[in-house]
Amino acid sequence: MHLLEVKNLHVEVDGKQILNGLELSIGKGSVHAIMGPNGSGKSTLAHVLAGKADYVVTQGEVLLDGEDILALAPDERAAKGLFLAFQYPLEIPGVATMTFLRTALNAQRKKRGEPELLVPEFVRRVNEVAGKLRIDKEMLRRGVNVGFSGGEKKRNEILQMALLEPRLCVLDETDSGLDIDALKVVSDGVNRLRSPDRAFVVITHYQRLLEYIVPDVVHVLSKGRIVKTGGKALALELEATGYAQYRDEAA
Amino acid sequence: MNVEVRPIKTAAETALATSFAMVKRALPGAAAVAALRENAFRRFETEGLPHRRVEEWKYTDLRALMRDAKPLAGVPDAAAKARAKQAITTLASIEARAIVFVDGVFVPELSDLADLETGLTIGSMAQRLAGGDPHLVAHLGKLVPTDDVAVALNTAFMGDGAVIHVAEGVALARPIHLMFVNAGKEPASIFVRSLVVIENGARAMLVESHVGSNAGEDQVNAALELKVGDAAHVDHVKITGQGAGALHVSSLMATIGAHARFNEFLFTTGAAVVRNQMFVRFSGEGTIAGVRGASLLRGRQHTDTTLVADHAVADCTSREVFKSVLDDESRSVFQGKIIVRRHAQKTDAKMATHALLLSDTAEADNKPELEIFADDVQCGHGATSGDLDEDLLFYLKARGIPAKEAEALLIQAFVGEAVEGIEHAGLRDALMDQVVAWLAARK
Repeated sequence: MHLLEVKNLHVEVDGKQILNGLELSIGKGSVHAIMGPNGSGKSTLAHVLAGKADYVVTQGEVLLDGEDILALAPDERAAKGLFLAFQYPLEIPGVATMTFLRTALNAQRKKRGEPELLVPEFVRRVNEVAGKLRIDKEMLRRGVNVGFSGGEKKRNEILQMALLEPRLCVLDETDSGLDIDALKVVSDGVNRLRSPDRAFVVITHYQRLLEYIVPDVVHVLSKGRIVKTGGKALALELEATGYAQYRDEAA
Repeated sequence: MNVEVRPIKTAAETALATSFAMVKRALPGAAAVAALRENAFRRFETEGLPHRRVEEWKYTDLRALMRDAKPLAGVPDAAAKARAKQAITTLASIEARAIVFVDGVFVPELSDLADLETGLTIGSMAQRLAGGDPHLVAHLGKLVPTDDVAVALNTAFMGDGAVIHVAEGVALARPIHLMFVNAGKEPASIFVRSLVVIENGARAMLVESHVGSNAGEDQVNAALELKVGDAAHVDHVKITGQGAGALHVSSLMATIGAHARFNEFLFTTGAAVVRNQMFVRFSGEGTIAGVRGASLLRGRQHTDTTLVADHAVADCTSREVFKSVLDDESRSVFQGKIIVRRHAQKTDAKMATHALLLSDTAEADNKPELEIFADDVQCGHGATSGDLDEDLLFYLKARGIPAKEAEALLIQAFVGEAVEGIEHAGLRDALMDQVVAWLAARK
């Protein structure tokens, strides 16, 4: 059974059709890249998987381990192992990062019937991951993402991902706004999490990220549908030719 | 011919008049105090209870809200004191010196009067009034004169309260916590009056809390006169968590000397109707003051915060930040008036109010007023109201935090921004604990 199966997914936002019968199957242990021009529906796919309101599914199914998750609330999807790394992580003044992380982790554990993590063990885990991602401890005492640079926010997303240990990680344009050093740190963070039990959906506009997070499968999304699927060479091909041909193909 | 039209007295006004005639001879204080009371009561009789056509009371119509006047609270018996003891919630994190009043009466045996710091005196207002303390009588009502009718009623009926003096240059090691506990079996009227004088260069932190051990319809009228001396540093935090049916009217009259630091904070979760009015007068140059607050309301609770900040002298800075969290059909009112007098150049005053509406039927009213007579000042005000940010909620939920908990985190963060203005870390923690408790009780 595939870890994630998206079948004939149709999604509207504000009455406008964005996804048009999208099909996607992702097995455990694999990394799938989804590339496509602006407006092709990449971010919509990310948000609808995570369960954001305002995205109206008019047709289709999204199965995680064979179970339709479309009726589940975002927090229930998260507890089942789905994680969305946001393109624009939000700032939450007044909620300390450590409080946020601990609340999230324990809420998920509680929902899965696991015991809460004790504070020393929690702090040990955070420090370990933060160290690898070069996240300063002082930053963790601040409000979530408050005063963080673009790169720091993205690293904080990966920190959350590492801590929450999801099975399906959806990375929405994680490379946007990153300089090359930050891109390496973030990619290393993602690569460390690759495992036979975990799959990744890496959404990106550019091939650059895929030099660091090497995908098993590359999909091209255009006008709300996957129009081409190939190996990692497809990303290089796109880099050379651009998206113009796919715009026409879908039309 | 102009004829002043006074409507027929309401039941509450009649009851107050009857009550005053009955008890005035028994209230503490001889000739001079009795004269103060008579004058104040005449002021009330002329005006009646404040109502919506009195601009300052526009949103809190006491004439309509007070269907009757409860009898004056009696002296608490042993049983009432025992109930009060149960209701007392000490703020363990601040290790304050507790001064306890039960049904408006000072109770030394529940208070902590041991090892008073040198230069600190704490006494009972009733005893001082009864003893005819000339210094006290000369001060009462004089620090920041006001013709407000609620204050007049307080002066007419004032029973007990705290009289505190901190001598020049003395820095108190421990905060003082004035705890006003209602423990009567029947609903009662309680008039408490306190006078706190912090002399030049002294440092004091004063916490004032009002709690009720029952859900009764007590009517509380509390007044505090506060003098902050030159270069003194004073924090006053008032916590209003009165019984659910209570009417609570409170007046602060504070005069602040030169180069002083003054921080006022109002934390309100309680009572059916709360009116917190503050008359703050900047009397010396170079002073920095913060007047902040947070209210968390539900059901049909109504909280009115009315501030008059009077910049009578130059070169003072004031910051006002008020936050309210409103659930169900609750309502918060903020009226903030900043007066900058002609000579008060270089005044820097900023006022902001923010309301977080958790339901479609909650209401926040804002009335900022700037009266500026000087020409070289910086004054401003801002107000926002809105509901919880859906995008932030989604971010939290996407991390596995259930909707209810996600909302609670954001509400804590919203209130936390105001609470951060309190310098004492222990007190900040204590108030945030109360916020968490309020959220836990949320449906």
